[in-house]
Amino acid sequence: MALDETIKPEAETGTSRLNAIAAWPVRVLFGILDVPFRALQRLLGIGSMPYFFILPNLAFFGLFVVVPLFINFAYSVTGGTNLFMENRPYVGGEQYGFLFDCGNYLDPSTCREDRFWRGVYNTFTFVFFQVSLMVLFSLVTALILNREIRGRGFFRAAFFFPVLLSPVVVALIWKWILLRDGVLNAFLVSMGLDPILFFVSPAWAMFWAIFVSVWAHMGFYTLILLAGLQAIPPDLYEAAEMDGTKRERVFFRITLPLLWPNMLVVIVLALIKAVQIFDEVFVLTGGGPGTATQFVVQYIYTTGFANQIQNFGLAAAASVVLGVVLFVLTLLQLAASRRKDEG
Amino acid sequence: MAGTSTMNDRSVTRFLTARRGGASMHWTDVFSYIYLALGVALMFGPVVWLALSSFKTPAGLQEFPPTLLPLGQIERQVEGYDDPLPMFEVTMEDGSVRELAQVRRIGIIAQMVDPDDPGETIKVPIANRKPIREFRVAWENYTKPLERFNFLTYLNNSVIVTTAATLVTLLINSMAAFGLAIYEFRGRSAVMLFVIGTLMIPITIILVPAYLVVTQLGMVNSLWAVILPGAATPTGVFLLRQYMLTIPRDLIEAARMDKASEWSIYWRIVLPLSLPAIAVLAIFSVMWRWNDFLWPLIVLNRSEVYTLQIGLNAFQGELDVQWHYVLAMTVVALIPVTLVFAFLQRFITTGIASSGMK
Amino acid sequence: MTHRLNKTLLLGVAALGLMAGNALAETELRMTWYNDGNEGEVMRDLLDRFEEANPDIKVVLDVVPYAAVRDGIGVQLAAGEGPDMARVTDLGGLSQYYLDLTPYLSDADYWRTNFGPFLKWLAPDSDAISGFMTQLTVTGPYVNKTLFEQAGVEMPGEGATWDDWAAASKEVADKLDIPIPMAWDRSGHRVAGPAISMGAKMFDENGEPALVDDGLKMMATKLYDWHQDGTMAKELWGSVSGSQYLGANEDFANANVVLYMSGSWQIPQFAETIGDAFDWWAVPAPCGPAACTGMPGGAALVAIKDTEHPEEVAMVMDYLAQEENLAEFYSRTLFIPGHLGLAEKGIDFDTDDERAKHALSTFAGAVPSISPIAFETQGYPYNYVMFGALISRLGEAIVGELTLDQAFERMTQDVEQQIAEKKRGG
Repeated sequence: MALDETIKPEAETGTSRLNAIAAWPVRVLFGILDVPFRALQRLLGIGSMPYFFILPNLAFFGLFVVVPLFINFAYSVTGGTNLFMENRPYVGGEQYGFLFDCGNYLDPSTCREDRFWRGVYNTFTFVFFQVSLMVLFSLVTALILNREIRGRGFFRAAFFFPVLLSPVVVALIWKWILLRDGVLNAFLVSMGLDPILFFVSPAWAMFWAIFVSVWAHMGFYTLILLAGLQAIPPDLYEAAEMDGTKRERVFFRITLPLLWPNMLVVIVLALIKAVQIFDEVFVLTGGGPGTATQFVVQYIYTTGFANQIQNFGLAAAASVVLGVVLFVLTLLQLAASRRKDEG
Repeated sequence: MAGTSTMNDRSVTRFLTARRGGASMHWTDVFSYIYLALGVALMFGPVVWLALSSFKTPAGLQEFPPTLLPLGQIERQVEGYDDPLPMFEVTMEDGSVRELAQVRRIGIIAQMVDPDDPGETIKVPIANRKPIREFRVAWENYTKPLERFNFLTYLNNSVIVTTAATLVTLLINSMAAFGLAIYEFRGRSAVMLFVIGTLMIPITIILVPAYLVVTQLGMVNSLWAVILPGAATPTGVFLLRQYMLTIPRDLIEAARMDKASEWSIYWRIVLPLSLPAIAVLAIFSVMWRWNDFLWPLIVLNRSEVYTLQIGLNAFQGELDVQWHYVLAMTVVALIPVTLVFAFLQRFITTGIASSGMK
Repeated sequence: MTHRLNKTLLLGVAALGLMAGNALAETELRMTWYNDGNEGEVMRDLLDRFEEANPDIKVVLDVVPYAAVRDGIGVQLAAGEGPDMARVTDLGGLSQYYLDLTPYLSDADYWRTNFGPFLKWLAPDSDAISGFMTQLTVTGPYVNKTLFEQAGVEMPGEGATWDDWAAASKEVADKLDIPIPMAWDRSGHRVAGPAISMGAKMFDENGEPALVDDGLKMMATKLYDWHQDGTMAKELWGSVSGSQYLGANEDFANANVVLYMSGSWQIPQFAETIGDAFDWWAVPAPCGPAACTGMPGGAALVAIKDTEHPEEVAMVMDYLAQEENLAEFYSRTLFIPGHLGLAEKGIDFDTDDERAKHALSTFAGAVPSISPIAFETQGYPYNYVMFGALISRLGEAIVGELTLDQAFERMTQDVEQQIAEKKRGG
C-alpha cells in the first residue's frame, strides 16, 4: 500500500526526529558492515547478494524455529517421557492414532482424547464469534474515528492502549473485575441485582473470553482499517455527492469495496491469532468451567508441559495437526494479500 | 442501530459514509461521541481500577463491595492501653450513634470503650458496629517488594533484552525483507512460503524442543537465550517486505547506475524509505519483548538474569498468591510501557496506519 | 547429548559478557525457591548466618514464580540445567534428579531419625537422603466460628462426619444468608483425605494405582450431590479446567464461606487477612466410615544430582536441617514442622494470634492420626497423576459435561494412559 497522503506529514515529523537521534551510531554500524558486503559483491557478483541478505535471518530462524519444528515432529512419532531423542522409542503414527481415535468425531465424549476434540470445537466457536466481533467493532470504531472528530489523536490512542498490555496483565485485570467479589458484581448488587458467577456459566465464560480478547486487540485492527479508509480518495465521495447518489449506495459501492483489501488483512490476521489463543484465556478462565473455554493450544500445553508426566509425543502430534491448520490459514492470507495487490 | 423510518436509515448510512464532513451537529455526531466516551472508559477504566486496587491492603483487597479508594481503619491511642485501638461507629440500643474504640472481640460481642472516657467498658453485638475509615495508601505494596528484590537488576535486564532484541530483529528482518523484496533469485518463493508458513507459530507449541536447542547451545541462564530465539520474526520480515515492494524500482536502478553497492542501496535508500514500517516493527518488538513471560520463565532461572516480568511475578506462590504485591508489581511493569506510549502515541498510531500493516 | 559441550559453550557465552558470571574464588551455590509467604526472607536470614560461618561458600536464593517450579523445573533438570538446590512440590516425581547426601553427611542418623518418613517421599525406590521438608502440610477444614455463634448453631464435635458438617454449615448459611455453606480447594490432594476416610484404598494389592473404588465413588458422589443441592458453590470446581488449583481463601476471609476445606498452609495468610474480623477455627478432620484423616503433603528443599559442588551443598543442607535452625524457620513461617524431633517438642510459633495458635496445634496434632493409606498416597511418585485425573474429571461431571459414571471411567483411563506413557521410557 502506498504511503497515505493525509497522515504522511505527521509520521514524517516523528520519523525525522527519531532519525536525528539514532543517526550517528546507525551510520557508523552500517558503514562498517558495508566493507564485507562490498567485498562479497565484488567477489561473487550481484546475483549472490540476496542470499547474504537473507542469511542471518534464515540462520536464526532455522535454529530456533525450524529445528524445534523438526524435533517436534520427531517427538510426535516417538513415545515415553524422555526429553532426548535417543531415549525415546519409535512408535510410528500411534500418537496420531490416539488423537483421532473417536467413535464419532462430532461427539468428543466418544473420543479417546476427548479434551483435544473439545478443544477443537471450542476453538471453532471462539474463532467464529471473536473474529466476527473483532471485525465489526474495529470497523465501527474506524468509521467513527475517520469522521471529523475533536481529539481524534487521543481517541485513536485510547483504543490502541490495551494492545500494549501483555496477555497475562490483560487477563489479570479482567479477572480482578469479574470475580464474585469484583467491581462488576458490586455494581450489579448496587443496582439491586444478584451477583453473577461469570466463570461458572459456560456461556458467560466464553463471552468474557471473547470480549476480553476483542478488547485487547481491536485497537490494532482499527488502525489498519482506518488507514484503508483514509486512503480512499476524497474525490470519489465528492463525485458521488454531485450525482446525488444515496448514501447507503456510497457506503456499499465505494467505501466497502475500497476497504475490502484491508478488511481481508484484518480477517485473516485475526483468524490466525484467534486459532492460537492461549495465555489470555488460560489466565482468565483457566479453560473452564469444565472444558468450556479450553482451546487446542491449552490442550497441547497441558499434555506436553504442565502435566506431572509430560507426554511430549502426544502434545507434539496435536501441535503438528494445529500447525497444518495454521499453514492453510496463512496460505489464505497469502491469497488474500495477492488479491489485494491486484486490487 | 437500525432505525425504523427512512429518515433514520439515511442517518445511519450517513454516519457510515461520512468522511470528515458534516457541518452541523447531527445525531450521528452525538452517537459518535457517546461511543468514543464509552470506548475510552472501557479501555482505560480497567487499568485505572487495577492501579487503584494496587494501593489497598490485603484485607482491603478482599472487601466486598470494594471501595473505590484505598481505605484504612482509623486507630486511636486510648489511655490505659498500650497499642492504639481501632475505631468503630456503633449504633447503640437506644438508636443513638457513637464513635467507640474496640478493646477486644469475643465471639459475637465486642468490648468497646469511649476514647474520651476509657473507664467504662461497653458491650456491643458485632453486627451493630462499623469501622471508621479514612483514605490511606498502602505504599508498602510497592516499597516492600522493591526493597527486597533487586529491582534495578531486573529493570536493567529487561531494558537490555528489549533493546538488544529489537535492534537484532530490525537489522536481520530488514536485511531479509530487502533480499526478498528487491531481488529475483532462485528459491525466493520457497523462502517466502517458508516465512509465511511459519508466520505466527506460537512459541507455546514448540516450547520443549526450543528449550532443547537453547540448552545445546549453552545459552540457558544468559540473556542471549531470550534475545536471539525470537529475533527472526516471520511477521517482521513479511511486514517489511510488503512495504519495501512499494518502493519505486527506478530509485534502485538509478543508484546502481551511480555504482552504489547493494549494501549501500539497502541502508541509504531502502531503509530510510521504509522507516514507517520499521517503526511499527520496532514498537511491536518492544512490546513483545517487554511483556514476554513464559519463555523467559523457562530459560532464565537465576536471579541476576531475571527480567522484570519474572522478578515481579515471584509473588505467585503454590498455595497463595499475594495479590497486593502482584497488583502493585503489575502496575510497576506497566509504567514504562505507558510512558513510552504517552510520549510516542502519535508516532506509533500514525506509523501503524501509514504502513498499512498488511 | 553432551553436557560437557554445554559447559564449554556456556563459558564462551560468559566471555561475551552478557553472562553474569562470578569470578571470585568462593563457591557459589544456587537455590531455586518460591514463596507462599515470608519463608524466603527467613531462609535468606538462615543462609546469611551460614555464609558468615563459611565465608568461602555463597548461596544465591533465586526466587521464582511457583509456575516456574511446577512447569519448568522438570524440563530444566532433564536437560541438566538445574540449580544446586531447589524447593519442590513434586517430591517423588523428580526423585531421579536428586543427590544422595548420605556420603557427605557427618551424622546421617540425625537425618534418618528426624526426617524418616519424609525421606521416603523423596526417594520412593531407595534409601537416599536427598533433602528435608520445608513445610509439612496437613489438609483439614476451617470453620467461621463467629457465623456459627451468630446463627446459634452448635458446631459438630469430636468424631463428627462429613455429612454432619455439611448439614451444619448449610444450616448456618441458610440462617445468615451466607452465599457458600461449604467450599473445598479445587485439588485432588484435598479430596484424597476424605476419600480415604470413606474407605478408598488408592492402590491395588501390587501397589499399582487403583484410583476408583467404592470409597472414592462414595466421596465423589457426595461432592457431586453437595454441588447440586447448593451446599457447595460451583465457582471453585465448576470453573477452570483440568487439574488447575483454585482456593476459596479469599471468600473464606470475606466471611462468604462457613466451612472451608483446605490445609495448614493457610494459617499465616489468614492471620494477616482475617486477623480479628471473625474467629476462624481449624477443626480436626471429619470422619467417614473408614477413618478420620486428612492428607499430608508439603514442599521439600532438595539437593540436585548435577551439582558440581556436592560437598558444599551437603554442608548447606546439613546446616539448614539442624534442629535450632529449622525450629526458627518453622516458628517464623508458621509452618507445621517436617522434623519429628521438633514435632514432638512442639514449636513456639512466632504469633500472638490465638486463632493461628489454635489452628497450628490442631493441624500439628492431626499428624499422628493420618491414615497409612494417606502416607502411601503421598509417597507415590506419580500421585499428581491420580489427583489430576480425580479433580479434572469430577469437575467436568459437576458442570454436567460428563455423568458421574463416565467421569469414573475417564479417571481410570487417564491414570492408566499416563502411567503407560511413563513406562515406555524416560
